[in-house]
Amino acid sequence: MTIYYSKDHEWISVEGDIATVGITAYAQEQLGDVVYVELPEAGREMSQGDEAAVVESVKAASEVYAPIDGEVVEANAVLADEPAKVNEDPEGGAWFLKMKVGNPDQLSDLLDEAAYKAYVGTL
Amino acid sequence: MADAAAETDLKQTPLHDLHVELGARMVPFAGYSMPVQYKAGIMAEHLQTRSKAGLFDVSHMGQAFLAGPDHETTARALEALTPSNFVELGYGRQRYSVLLNDEGGIIDDLMVTRSISEADDGKLMLVVNAARKDVDYAHFRARLPENVQLHVVEDRALIAVQGPEAVAAVAAHAPAVADLAFMSAASMEFDGIDCHIGRAGYTGEDGVEISVAAGAAEAIARALLADDRVDAIGLGARDSLRLEAGLCLYGHDIDETTSPVEGAITFCMQKRRREEGGFPGDDRIQEELKDGPGRVRVGLRLDGKAPAREGAEVALPDGPVVGTVTSGGFAPTVGAPIAMGYVPVEHSGAGTALELIVRGRRLPATVADMPFVPNRYYRKPKS
Repeated sequence: MTIYYSKDHEWISVEGDIATVGITAYAQEQLGDVVYVELPEAGREMSQGDEAAVVESVKAASEVYAPIDGEVVEANAVLADEPAKVNEDPEGGAWFLKMKVGNPDQLSDLLDEAAYKAYVGTL
Repeated sequence: MADAAAETDLKQTPLHDLHVELGARMVPFAGYSMPVQYKAGIMAEHLQTRSKAGLFDVSHMGQAFLAGPDHETTARALEALTPSNFVELGYGRQRYSVLLNDEGGIIDDLMVTRSISEADDGKLMLVVNAARKDVDYAHFRARLPENVQLHVVEDRALIAVQGPEAVAAVAAHAPAVADLAFMSAASMEFDGIDCHIGRAGYTGEDGVEISVAAGAAEAIARALLADDRVDAIGLGARDSLRLEAGLCLYGHDIDETTSPVEGAITFCMQKRRREEGGFPGDDRIQEELKDGPGRVRVGLRLDGKAPAREGAEVALPDGPVVGTVTSGGFAPTVGAPIAMGYVPVEHSGAGTALELIVRGRRLPATVADMPFVPNRYYRKPKS
């Protein structure tokens, strides 16, 4: 299993040809209290940069973009009833979606943990 | 993120350093660097204000006064620009009003206070929105008669303390505040500091707004925050609190195109003014009062969990778009998303089923009475 990060504050955990995608602890802290998450349906084909999900905090709505190409295989149903889980466990139980990796080459453009931490440090 | 150059141009309130010390997230708002939230976050800050008390820095708002030779002259000058009755405003009384343009649209909403002291006769104190200060002041200067002047107050802070325990917390330092009726104000000392305190606010809760010399503001804020009942609250929760209370945010729910009748704030128009007119746009406004406006601001409750934000379209069920959401979000006290927006009068009755279009999807919603949570303004016991 390898974990990648994007500059849009998403984490992408890859195991075999399945990528699990969520938002980082930094992202949830910036958003504040999450009150609603809109997730894509299984089967949807996404290209890198497509709007994959929407996170609503008390204050505003924010888009979550597909970090790589691929087909959605599962969305995290738990978030429909418990959106606050995104604040409690953003890099664990509050994953957003699982997708089939469409283009493995795109993973090499993502950040590793050290590079992501360094990036957050500049913000 | 705002760039560093823009941030250095932002004005700071007298409580700026305190906000930073408290860990606030500072954001640009109406030309000021303001706290959008502190460490607790918007949800906790909102619920704190509803259950105990919240302290809000509203020093960015414009404080000014009108000064004329006597009360009637000053009041008539203000009446010429607004649809409210100020001639009969009593000593120490406050009134919410709107500045109107010649088309009956709202230039700004404002709070007006007549001093409790007969020695101040001829003075009316004003509090206006931060983002509208320049527009309002220019409007006053262009329209006031020669014998009534606008004096802008630049050296005072404004601190709101709101919530069921707010008045008790302030009274520990300024005992006279407990005697104030809702929408009345007086000068008093807070731990020996001269203040002007009005029993009003913009959260739907009991509470006060404290006007004080800029240099003394931090002492007052620190004294209140030392009270376990009081926490600092940012603009984020201020917005969700006023939305639940059904109160308009200028530039969103009301603007230069909306009349007070459309905006459903006709409570700012007292009987004499409605009947006599004599204010800008009186033709339109009196006609709307008589025949009903074309559109009106309503409250909306969404059936599901997804919020609808400002700009979302309002449609009839499976039908055409008939209006727009002007404010919306998650309501922490209600525990559900709520919104307000404009719809044609024929679709404005409480209980009317509508749809709000969010990211292309139609979310079922129902027209709801406002406020969404009951007001808890202070009512003096009848003696």
